Amino acid sequence: MIIQALAFYVFAFVAVAAGVMVIASRNPVHSVLFLILAFFNSAALFVLLGAEFLAMILVVVYVGAVAVLFLFVVMMLDINFAALRQGFLQYLPIGALIGIVLLAELVFVFASWTFSPDVAAVIAAPTPAAAQVSNTHALGRLIYTHYVYLFQAAGLILLVAMVGAIVLTLRHREGVRRQSIARQVARRREDSIEVVKVPSGSGI
Amino acid sequence: MDELLREYLPILIFLVIATGIAVLMVVASYLVAKQRPDSEKLSAYECGFEAFDDARSRFDVRFYLVAILFIIFDLEVAFLFPWAVAFGDIGVFGFCSMVIFLAVLTVGFIYEWRKGALEWE
Repeated sequence: MIIQALAFYVFAFVAVAAGVMVIASRNPVHSVLFLILAFFNSAALFVLLGAEFLAMILVVVYVGAVAVLFLFVVMMLDINFAALRQGFLQYLPIGALIGIVLLAELVFVFASWTFSPDVAAVIAAPTPAAAQVSNTHALGRLIYTHYVYLFQAAGLILLVAMVGAIVLTLRHREGVRRQSIARQVARRREDSIEVVKVPSGSGI
Repeated sequence: MDELLREYLPILIFLVIATGIAVLMVVASYLVAKQRPDSEKLSAYECGFEAFDDARSRFDVRFYLVAILFIIFDLEVAFLFPWAVAFGDIGVFGFCSMVIFLAVLTVGFIYEWRKGALEWE
């Protein structure tokens, strides 16, 4: 139990410190690396909560894919980041405003969780013990039947993301000679070879 | 709950050992090695002349397309895991909902195949 509490405090502290470094470090590539560290620590916190599946998905999807995507964006944008930081004080008020709004939303969520009249019913609802049903199993029981509309909406959002990415970024360069396997296979000897009788002393 | 965390204890021990060794190496090399800092030692060496510009160069946007398509199929596969684990409990309805989900994403897959987004010119 003491190891669990100790691990929680270490992972939580490193996660918060990495989050601070994401916005504090000068080099945007370092920011992305600190973001990856924050993701790993959050995954460890999920494991401590017993949410194994979420922890693994956080590592696979966020560390393996989203952070790489952030790196691509950082590398793709040809921005002078030192110049970008010049307007830091200028944008501080609106940044602070957005931060306060997010904080207020978090407070509302926790307050409604504490004071809502439904809380007693939600807590009393029968949930199987973690020892009997694994996290992945419990999720699987709920997602595909109880939350089927949200599940299908997730599929549609993924479809929109796929189509949108293709529409926005796919450019076919002109004049590129691609391999056409069907044309290669359909080619016959008569199409490509001819025997020419060349009289001596003159060209073709 | 405790059973679950007990399975993760070896990973925690590995993490502690790895962190310890990494910190030990950095601190030991800091303490033991001779430190004679010099700005020429720290500056980038580019075969005799001054470095022209930043090492960061711009990427082609097509890498981004490949990465985002990878993420989408990654998420699709991530949804398959709990489905497979709970397959015995969710019955025909759960099976059909996953089939519809896969069909929707197959539409996107056919679209990107036909558009040639999977080819690299």
